[in-house]
Amino acid sequence: MASNKKYWKSVEQLDESSAIVEALQQNEFVTEIPTDEFLGDKETLEATSTTRRDFLKYVGFTTAAASLAACEGPVIKSIPYVVAPDEIVPGVANYYATTIADGFDFANVLVKTREGRPIKIERNDLSTMGGANARVHASVLSLYDNHRLKAPLVGGKEVSWSDFDIAVAGKMNEMQGKDIVLLTQTFASPSTSKLIKEFTAKFSNVRHVIYDTVSSSEALDAFQSVYGMRAMADYDFSKAEVIVSVGADFLGDWQGGGFDAGYAKSRIPKNGKMSRHVQFEANMTLSGANADKRVPVTPSQQLQVLKALTGGSASGLPDHIAKAVSSAKAQLAAAGNKAVILTGLPSVEAQTMALKANAGSVVMDAVKPRMMRQGNSSEVAAVVQGVINGKVKGLITVGVDPVYSLPNGAEFAEAYGNLEMKLAFASRKDATAELADMVAATPHYLESWGDAQLKKGTFSLMQPTIRPLFSTRQFQDTLLQWTGNSKKYYDYIKDTWSGVLGGTSWNKALEAGVLVSNAQVDNEVVSLSTVLNSSTSNGALSASQDGGLELTLYTKTSLGDGQQANNPWLQELPDPITRTSWDNYVTVSKSDAEAMGLTNENVANGGLDGSIVNVKMGNVTVSNVPVLVQPGQAKGSVGLALGYGKTAAIQEEMQTGVNAYALYNNFSSVQNVTLEKVSGTHEFACVQLHNTMMGRDIIRETSLEIFNTKSAHDWNPVPQVSKDHQEIPVTSPDADLWTEFDRSIGHHFNLSIDLNACTGCGACVVACHAENNVPVVGKSEMRRSRDMHWLRIDRYYSAEESFDVDQDKKEGFSGLFGDNGSLGGFGELEDPSANPQVAFQPVMCQHCNHAPCETVCPVAATSHSRQGQNHMAYNRCVGTRYCANNCPYKVRRFNWFLYNENDEFDYHMNNDLGRMVLNPDVNVRSRGVMEKCSMCIQKTQLSILEAKRDGRPVKDAEFQTACSSACDKGAMVFGDINDHDSEVYKEKKDKRMYHLLEAVGTEPNVFYKAKVRNSKEA
Amino acid sequence: MQKVNFTKIPSILSVLALAFMLTFSTTIQAQADSANEAAQTEAATPAADGVGDPAVGKSLFNANCAACHKLDKKATGPALRGVAQKYDREWLYAWIKDSQALIASGDAQAIEVFEANNKSVMQSFPALSNGDIDNILAYTSEEKVVVVPPTGAGEIAASSGSGVSNNIILGALTGVFLLLIVMLVLVSKTLKKIATANGVDYGEKPKGTPIWKSFVENQFLLLVTAVLLLLTAAYFMYGFFMQVGVDQGYAPVQPIHYSHRIHAGANEIDCNYCHSSARKSKHSGIPSLNVCMNCHKNIAEVSEDTQAEGLNEYGVDYNKEIKKLYKAVGWDETTQGYTGESEPVKWVRIHNLPDFAYFNHSQHVTVGGIACQKCHGPVEEMEIMEQFSPLTMGWCINCHRETNVNVSGNEYYEQIHEALAKKYGVEQVTAAQMGGLECGKCHY
Repeated sequence: MASNKKYWKSVEQLDESSAIVEALQQNEFVTEIPTDEFLGDKETLEATSTTRRDFLKYVGFTTAAASLAACEGPVIKSIPYVVAPDEIVPGVANYYATTIADGFDFANVLVKTREGRPIKIERNDLSTMGGANARVHASVLSLYDNHRLKAPLVGGKEVSWSDFDIAVAGKMNEMQGKDIVLLTQTFASPSTSKLIKEFTAKFSNVRHVIYDTVSSSEALDAFQSVYGMRAMADYDFSKAEVIVSVGADFLGDWQGGGFDAGYAKSRIPKNGKMSRHVQFEANMTLSGANADKRVPVTPSQQLQVLKALTGGSASGLPDHIAKAVSSAKAQLAAAGNKAVILTGLPSVEAQTMALKANAGSVVMDAVKPRMMRQGNSSEVAAVVQGVINGKVKGLITVGVDPVYSLPNGAEFAEAYGNLEMKLAFASRKDATAELADMVAATPHYLESWGDAQLKKGTFSLMQPTIRPLFSTRQFQDTLLQWTGNSKKYYDYIKDTWSGVLGGTSWNKALEAGVLVSNAQVDNEVVSLSTVLNSSTSNGALSASQDGGLELTLYTKTSLGDGQQANNPWLQELPDPITRTSWDNYVTVSKSDAEAMGLTNENVANGGLDGSIVNVKMGNVTVSNVPVLVQPGQAKGSVGLALGYGKTAAIQEEMQTGVNAYALYNNFSSVQNVTLEKVSGTHEFACVQLHNTMMGRDIIRETSLEIFNTKSAHDWNPVPQVSKDHQEIPVTSPDADLWTEFDRSIGHHFNLSIDLNACTGCGACVVACHAENNVPVVGKSEMRRSRDMHWLRIDRYYSAEESFDVDQDKKEGFSGLFGDNGSLGGFGELEDPSANPQVAFQPVMCQHCNHAPCETVCPVAATSHSRQGQNHMAYNRCVGTRYCANNCPYKVRRFNWFLYNENDEFDYHMNNDLGRMVLNPDVNVRSRGVMEKCSMCIQKTQLSILEAKRDGRPVKDAEFQTACSSACDKGAMVFGDINDHDSEVYKEKKDKRMYHLLEAVGTEPNVFYKAKVRNSKEA
Repeated sequence: MQKVNFTKIPSILSVLALAFMLTFSTTIQAQADSANEAAQTEAATPAADGVGDPAVGKSLFNANCAACHKLDKKATGPALRGVAQKYDREWLYAWIKDSQALIASGDAQAIEVFEANNKSVMQSFPALSNGDIDNILAYTSEEKVVVVPPTGAGEIAASSGSGVSNNIILGALTGVFLLLIVMLVLVSKTLKKIATANGVDYGEKPKGTPIWKSFVENQFLLLVTAVLLLLTAAYFMYGFFMQVGVDQGYAPVQPIHYSHRIHAGANEIDCNYCHSSARKSKHSGIPSLNVCMNCHKNIAEVSEDTQAEGLNEYGVDYNKEIKKLYKAVGWDETTQGYTGESEPVKWVRIHNLPDFAYFNHSQHVTVGGIACQKCHGPVEEMEIMEQFSPLTMGWCINCHRETNVNVSGNEYYEQIHEALAKKYGVEQVTAAQMGGLECGKCHY
């Protein structure tokens, strides 16, 4: 039955003839839908290529693709070589011997390459020139620097090399007869010297001047006047019994550096004897920190001290210095020819005095001197003057950046801009290259051929370990081209070496990288006429005027002369003394700071803040320099590091510090300055705010006398704990909560750290960085103590004159208040003394057998192994950080952020080039994961595997960690203590052996050897 | 029986067609030959001599000549089919026995041939007798056998025919079953009718609660079932989630169809010949193309059987795949030299161990002496390479637990193994007992 019901929509329907009703019956919608608006325009409609069906197809496809992509893993491509090079086996590292000679650092090294790319620098055991320092270890990262020049420039535009050659040839023609100076770094290279001579012979208007950015001119002048050769004496400190240094930081960069390995040898007590080291200095340096006795002396007094030591009188010196001088003098005399006096004073007179005093010493080698510095300050000064007054018409700079590094850089830059010919050989567009008309892009030393004579008769070769990454050509190849020589530099070196090789083959020499030969090949011929009267000291060694301070400019372990300022590893490496990174600063003594109202304070977020000053020298002002109050700084003196404040071709994050070269007047490291406090505070990135041990048992120290006469029980006691009211040693099994795990079978790795041999140089820290892909976190994270270094070198000052006195004071506390009250007493112990004793202690994961971190991990991400290593499975870690809290050594590092491929941390791990340095055998950790030292398990595993493959037991020397192989001082010895013939086993049985915080009962697999100081006065 | 008839007819037809074609082609070829060489002397009809035996010749050819010559294609040396017709028989004897002597003697034809082939020196075969050479020449004079790809039409017809018959049988069976059921129902109805007629009383059963209702009311049963269901669901869910990211059986299409079956299986090439770094490195390595060319310089084509097999069974033209290799490595077949224009092959990686897991091939291959097949499966049977093992941590650990360390003759293990065996009281120590389960051994 059909319904007859009628539904009313509106009253309008009552009206039979209503137009609205009529309209509604015809149309579905009351108002017209404006279809024409989007369908009417036929042109637009047809112009779009997407039809409705296509649109639906796209939608369907993307939905399907998205869901498919979510199910399937990514497709990974594997691309093998078309023709594989013979020497490359994917997954196996190759090592090449080469030499770094960048004008500041000279060292023989081994380069580890993987699949054709260099990833790590190791020291070359065959070298007699000392090991590789922190900068040399970090230099591999400078190869992968994004800010390097990628092609030669003419007029600021990138051109091809043939165009460049044409441009230069045209310019050289134009410049005929006009004075051109070839201003180069020290190459110490026989081949390069020969080549430059050929070049200057062809272009007679060109003259060659060597410019050392940080000058050793006075030492060279002095040596030349005494021995007739422009070189520097070499020293073998392993033969020394008494070392007296007057302002020479010979464990730093003094006269080319690299003396520390020999020094460390003489510092290890053997048969009851070790060397005695007395240091008179103004700044607190590595040498002063390692000395048996350190006397803070201002530079002007240092000259007097030196005179007094070499026969003059000590009158006029303050009593305590005079006393120290007379004692040192007596000891020098007693040691006879096993004594040595060193000086770092920028005065030919002082240098000559020291050389003469050492004449009969077995420590000094004047027959085969060092060639790593060749510069002549007066010549350089003359060139600079010539450029400024217009006498010099053209300047070719090679490996130097005078606009940045000259004291009158601004004035020079203006004059340089007006030169007729400005040609720079540079690896980056530095301050000079920016102003130059023509810039020849030079390769990194790992991309170059070369040779060097670092010491007379000790020859080294440099070979490329990778094809040039950019369109670069090395200086020598360019010179060969310009002198019309069709040879490549490689063949040129081979020619030079035909006279050097003797009986050795070229390939053998190249494999070793270093060759000791009796061949007489000179790096540079220096006419004797230029020798005399070339002293450059400007009289700054005289006492300062009223209110003035004596400034000693120095180079840091990390940045050196500033060549590698764009290297984040070096920027982040804390200064061994101040433990501050990413900065340079004026170091001021405590009393001077108080007098001038300069302060350092620790603020609530855990950072260190300091006052800011302007440093004034005559009419030169370096403004806004932060102040760091330095214990041990001689009163009336200040220190400031060179090498900072670079801006040209430097990434913004790495443009740190102030340019102290402005104060490097007359290339003299000593200047008279005044400080002027300005408002504001500077935020430091200091990683150690607690500077003293406060009498705690962290670094054990004793004197040679006690070490020789008393039993180890007295000076190196095992901590006791009470059980059933009986004192038992903490190492006794009765004192243990855990049952012992059997590690007697297989390997059991231990690391020995000899605090006597460790000088705090920091090479191990950078080596660990490179080996283990440790990320760089930047200044603000460092300030929050979120550094990621797996290995740190703690530095402690004594609060009294020595650590012993600290300990006695702590032991003597009775009650809270009063003279011996602990409340005030501990406060005093927190404050370093004005001239403290200093001790270094490398601390990494101690790999405890009874590890507190393991027991608190909720996911068992960290566990111990039979081999003594404490493992950390990153992919298991959930980031609770309980382990870090429970670690008594504070060696665990948490990834607060993603440090790779993150624009917030724009360092080497954030670009494709920089990532090439990563070690493919070690994970790159992600955010939210705890990490720590693994005792280089990838290296121990490899050594074991190699032995297994050859079917032989592992040799002792094969077991190495990155830090132990980087340490040329033998301070770190790694090995298997189950092998009773191993070196580390012998170290473990030594009476100086102790464990860090032994009382905790963690039974670490890292152990230390107590420091012994030779504190005997004459 | 129909089936057999269907399949046989087309195959007979094809054989007939082949025979027909062959007969015609030979006559045509022969006519051309005789026309070409009509002007030549009597040596122009060596085939007519009928001296050599082609079968013996084939084996001689394969043993002595095949390294450099092919019948129809230029290799290091020229193609040899019909060479007997081209040159004088005596000249050929002299050339084959010592070509250099012939060239040195100043023979114009010899010099011409020498220069036409890039002056590549042909090996001398003084050991071959004239009879041997005749045999070889007889083989090279044989006509090319044209392989006719089997026509698929007949097979398709046959298979569809069998499908029809199957359906008919199935239909008939269903009919029979239906008939049976109807019959049963009818029988039961009749029986019931007879029973009621005879006065047998069934008596109504008391109506109980239905099963589903009593199940719902029994809470215990409900709970147990729910728990069981949940557990089963969890079991399958777990299984499902655990296989996410495990690409067992992953066999991607590669840019070049490379058959491990042919190389490792049929040709028995040792795995380490190409994957040489497996012995000394953590990576087994994908061989670089120069390794391929060690053999493929001479192997430009696969044998006809293999080619047919590839086309029929795998749908791959192996010869085309070899051309892809030549293109990638930049090998010009006509000049037999490298052009220098190469293009690396972008293989799709099959075994993707995550970066946080360390695995070293040399440890397993060289030290452990483990066969590649243990983890990679029967590679010699795989036409397309696939991931055989799950590559999960459980799989690794399981093997470490079960496998004894290969200590024989390895001095490294001597002391350690002795002490460990004593400690654990076993004869042979497993990888796990050696410390192969420690986290840090694989994760760092």
